[in-house]
Amino acid sequence: MNRLPRWLSRLAGQALFGAAVLALVAWSLAPAVWQALTALKPDAQITHMPLVYLPRPATWEHVARLWQRKPFGTYLLNSAWVSAWATLLCVAVAALAAARVARLSARSREGLLLGLLVISLFPPILLLFPLYEGARALGWINHSLALILPYAALNLPLALWVLESAFRQLPAALDEAGRVDGLSPLQRVALIHVPVALPAVATTALLVFIFCWNEFMLAVTFMTRDDRKTVTAGIASVSGASVYEIPWGQLAAAVLIATLPLLVLVLLFQRRIVAGLTRGAVKG
Amino acid sequence: MNDARRAATPGGTGLGREWREDLLLLPAVIVAAAVVGIPILRVVQLSLSRVELDGGLKIAWNGLGQFVRLWQDGRWWIALRNTTEFTVLSIVCEMALGVAGALLLHRSFRGRGAARALVVLPWALPTAVMSLGWAWIFNDAFGVMNDLLLRIGVLDHPVAWLGRPDTAMAAMVVADVWKTTPFVTLVVLAGLQGISVEVQEAAALDGLTGGQRLRHIVLPLLRPALLVALVFRIIQAFGAFDVVYVMTGGGPGGSTETVSLYAYKNYFRYLDFAYGSAVAVQSVLLVGLVTAALMRLSSGSRGTR
Repeated sequence: MNRLPRWLSRLAGQALFGAAVLALVAWSLAPAVWQALTALKPDAQITHMPLVYLPRPATWEHVARLWQRKPFGTYLLNSAWVSAWATLLCVAVAALAAARVARLSARSREGLLLGLLVISLFPPILLLFPLYEGARALGWINHSLALILPYAALNLPLALWVLESAFRQLPAALDEAGRVDGLSPLQRVALIHVPVALPAVATTALLVFIFCWNEFMLAVTFMTRDDRKTVTAGIASVSGASVYEIPWGQLAAAVLIATLPLLVLVLLFQRRIVAGLTRGAVKG
Repeated sequence: MNDARRAATPGGTGLGREWREDLLLLPAVIVAAAVVGIPILRVVQLSLSRVELDGGLKIAWNGLGQFVRLWQDGRWWIALRNTTEFTVLSIVCEMALGVAGALLLHRSFRGRGAARALVVLPWALPTAVMSLGWAWIFNDAFGVMNDLLLRIGVLDHPVAWLGRPDTAMAAMVVADVWKTTPFVTLVVLAGLQGISVEVQEAAALDGLTGGQRLRHIVLPLLRPALLVALVFRIIQAFGAFDVVYVMTGGGPGGSTETVSLYAYKNYFRYLDFAYGSAVAVQSVLLVGLVTAALMRLSSGSRGTR
């Protein structure tokens, strides 16, 4: 090693580093790319051995047939509707609480945030059946409220952490000025905290939206009617009449469609997502 | 907890404590009580009861009856073993890969932002949906995993991954590692950003090699971040549901059934609500015990407090 000229060993090091980064990115993308390739292949190529890797010619038949067989547009709309309302509710409730928590003494604040951590760590299976009972009692089975309310609550800890750490950095004088001007606590949150810390609020909303979109256990349990299912619950019902005739092309198309909105979100807002998550994680 | 920090933080005393300010907490408290607090009380109650379906639920006190039944239930122990196996295997891989990934993405290079976004992507995609994708990748007849491994000569005949106990578990672990390693990477990246450049430079000046710096400086300073990642991952992996439900449904022959899936089946397939509740409560107690021990151990060995 020591005999190598310096520039050569540096070049080798850089090449190794580049290869490692490329491998990491490839591993992260490969499963999703494979779904895309499968979705665009004609059936004859999907079941051709040895495997054909690139679709030749690319076809939209799976996407089209999927849309005929299953109300996929409805699934997507349901997911968007439920996630949007849950996000709105969650961020609004969390913003109010965060404004108060940010002004607590360090001791009670840390206790509270630790308590929230514990709550957020309860696995959903623990809550599933009582929530199901509650949804039934209220007549909310197949009603979007049965998902909106739990989604908002389950993401509350994360939203509170991120918002609280952002609100705490606002100068107390700002809040005080609003108070002197006769603004109520509610008005101060809406007119001072949220506008000033808007980037953090947007990040929080984005994260909560992603978590809601991805939720499966409650969705598949509470939404039994096809026209009520969210996209994660709907996909579980795409499979064919029996295990032996699973329409893999259509399934891959379904996977592709369900993940596309998230792909766009992540690529558009990656900086925000990474920053928000690391903040939430470090605080946790 | 930490006196220096308590003193340094601007407290709430300056603003006065009006009850109107405290009302801001009310919506959060109500939502959390309705969706988390009351359901937890309810599930504990059910786990201590005998429940009959007679028009509505007929609930009678049963003490620890359901738990005694649980401790004698072979299927519970198998589910517990499966869950433990799944948790340990996936977390070992995730921590190793996650730290490696974070160290790579911490260095500055052209295109780092894009690389980070792509590496985070699996974490942002729905588990249930991508598990379906992984089931297709591990398909016995037309799966790309078999094809790749046959091409490079690791296998000499196709494997029915999801049809055999050991390989089905391995396939689930791979899918979970793919999906959740980015979380570890993100947490460790945040930890790395907290390590000052001066510390690293001083170590380099002292003549430590890269490997020595990693072992004696970076990893010890990363401990809090690693602990956070570990605790979160243990709890999430132990509660694994989506990936099992979609990829194997617990099969073949119950060999990949996790405790969450077993509780779910008790609720909605066998309609044994009290027993399902006991399964859920017992698993949470177990994982809570493990994480508490872990946190105690790590704070004890750091010698603070």
